[in-house]
Amino acid sequence: MRDVAIVAFAQSDHLRRTDELSEVEMLMPVLHQVLDATGLRTGDIGFTCSGSSDYLAGRAFSFTMALDGVGAHPPISESHVEADGAWALYEAWVKIQTGEADTALVYAYGKSSPGQVRDVLTRQLDPYYTAPLWPDSVAVAALQAQALIDAGDTDEAALAAIATRSRRDAEANPHAQLSGPVPAGDYLVRPLRTGDCPPVGDGAAAVILAAGDTARALCERPAWIRGIDHRIEAHGLGVRELTESPSTRLAAERAGVFDRPVDTAELHAPFTSQEVVLRKALGLGDDVRVNPSGGALAANPLMAAGLIRLGEAAARIHSGASHRALAHATSGPCLQQNLVAVLEGESAHA
Amino acid sequence: MPDILSAPLVVEFPFTRSLGPVQSAFLTGLRERTLLGVRTADGRTLVPPVEYDPVTAEEIRDLVEVAPTGTVTTWAWNPEPRRDQPLDTPFAWVLVRLDGADTALLHVLDAPGPDAVRTGMRVRVRWAQDRTGAITDIACFEPHDGETGTPAPHDGTFADPVTGIVTPARLDYTYSPGRAQSAYLEALEGRRVVGERCPSCRKVYVPPRGACPTCGVATAERVEVGPRGTVTTFCVVNIKAKNLDIEVPYVYAHIALDGADLALHARIGGIPYDQVRMGLRVEPVWSEGSRHPDHYRPAGEPDADYDTYRELV
Repeated sequence: MRDVAIVAFAQSDHLRRTDELSEVEMLMPVLHQVLDATGLRTGDIGFTCSGSSDYLAGRAFSFTMALDGVGAHPPISESHVEADGAWALYEAWVKIQTGEADTALVYAYGKSSPGQVRDVLTRQLDPYYTAPLWPDSVAVAALQAQALIDAGDTDEAALAAIATRSRRDAEANPHAQLSGPVPAGDYLVRPLRTGDCPPVGDGAAAVILAAGDTARALCERPAWIRGIDHRIEAHGLGVRELTESPSTRLAAERAGVFDRPVDTAELHAPFTSQEVVLRKALGLGDDVRVNPSGGALAANPLMAAGLIRLGEAAARIHSGASHRALAHATSGPCLQQNLVAVLEGESAHA
Repeated sequence: MPDILSAPLVVEFPFTRSLGPVQSAFLTGLRERTLLGVRTADGRTLVPPVEYDPVTAEEIRDLVEVAPTGTVTTWAWNPEPRRDQPLDTPFAWVLVRLDGADTALLHVLDAPGPDAVRTGMRVRVRWAQDRTGAITDIACFEPHDGETGTPAPHDGTFADPVTGIVTPARLDYTYSPGRAQSAYLEALEGRRVVGERCPSCRKVYVPPRGACPTCGVATAERVEVGPRGTVTTFCVVNIKAKNLDIEVPYVYAHIALDGADLALHARIGGIPYDQVRMGLRVEPVWSEGSRHPDHYRPAGEPDADYDTYRELV
């Protein structure tokens, strides 16, 4: 296995609307930031991979327009996942493992503002038995939240405390869409209140991966990816035990999370109740700093929020604030798909 | 800075799907007020049924009839129903484990309020008046105090089975093309064409999209191009498109507007199709109320020298 690290990370400010910006216009400053941080130019990058979704834009092949931002002429080695950018990062990591590239640019973006994201996300559900009922994203998360409450894993006050902690932490995150005191609000779909749900907004993120000595040359303290794995569970909600996340647990085992303690965890939990599920699956104690960025409750640009978890964890390594961090990304209803990575600073590896 | 344009955008599609044998039996069963599950190798009954065992991945077809009564395994109260959801009054989303099943079905529960709903409560199916072989043949669940149903064998055979479903989907968007394209569209209103110059390679892109696809940098310097241009390449269209009021054959061409470094494409008119050629100098023809030039016609100039447009072919 090659040593591969995240050597740069950038994200946009996350905003409720960005009507004045096309997707590529939103993305470009973020691309330039990671390139500037490493001194690389687009022509130097070995592989480029992106994550986004046409359903957010309401237009087919919308990601091809974003390619203007990476200078895709003359042709580059490029790929796209119709998923969160965390999975684009996984593809790029595999590409570097094959030896076909030494560096990779991974970016992700999502503009939720043009559509009704609760309705748009119904289109990822089973099309025969579920999608015709139009259960929106908050509704399916609320089913999971109630199951957790019934199981005694949490209660509404504990959920509200997660939101409060996240948004207080987000005060130190200049990119956050929501921060500071946010009222619990009314029930959106009971038992979830507006405060338990992520903001709807637009945003973008990018990271640069590099292998071995290239990474050391590009970054003072690279965030080495010591393990990364992703797993999926059954699509049908009624088949799953919603209070558990066996896919997160398994991905974490395979990524080596349990080999040694982590000091930081960036969890992609758009709903407060999902943090409860993830903490349990990952066995995180109170000694682990969870979502110092504020997490997805502070900014949830769809298709980028998972990549941002990897980026935020890496940034903590870069700055020396963390020595061994866990990053998690999710996709699908009620944490159906989960990706877990372990990032370490150089000294922790030695 | 021009105003940012926006317009409603509706994406609507009748998703037409064929059904496998188990899905067909289940949905036909709903039409006939019969609830079917499928038995797995380890003896569990899955409702709604799937065609492959989730544990072994073996094909499974062993159907069993379950009861129209069941138990709520979790729920969520929806105070504001959204468009296309099964009930237009406040309702509960529920996962219901039907009597005889080992898994739960997602649907909705008609109840007077959240205080009338709890996990573990007993419910039964309320059938829709008109049933077509779809999950919406279950209108909803309703509270139920009566007896528990019992599962029974069923061969899954029905007269006139449902073999496909159509699930219409509509999503509403407000499309905003962003700064660069808004400026382009606004200029067109004044019958002008504008591009943007790349600060790095100095090329002028039209229509502008805010970025140089070669350099990957933002473009901002607006440049008026045209109105005249040069045909760089073309094709003769011989097939009449549906709803298009243009006689075939006609010519569709790439046109390098004067001052632009990327060719636009447009129809060529005002000249027999077999006389259009590379290098032909053309000018736009606007029709009343149109947002784009209707077509381009010969400008009456000598043909452009090949070297003046070779980079744009």
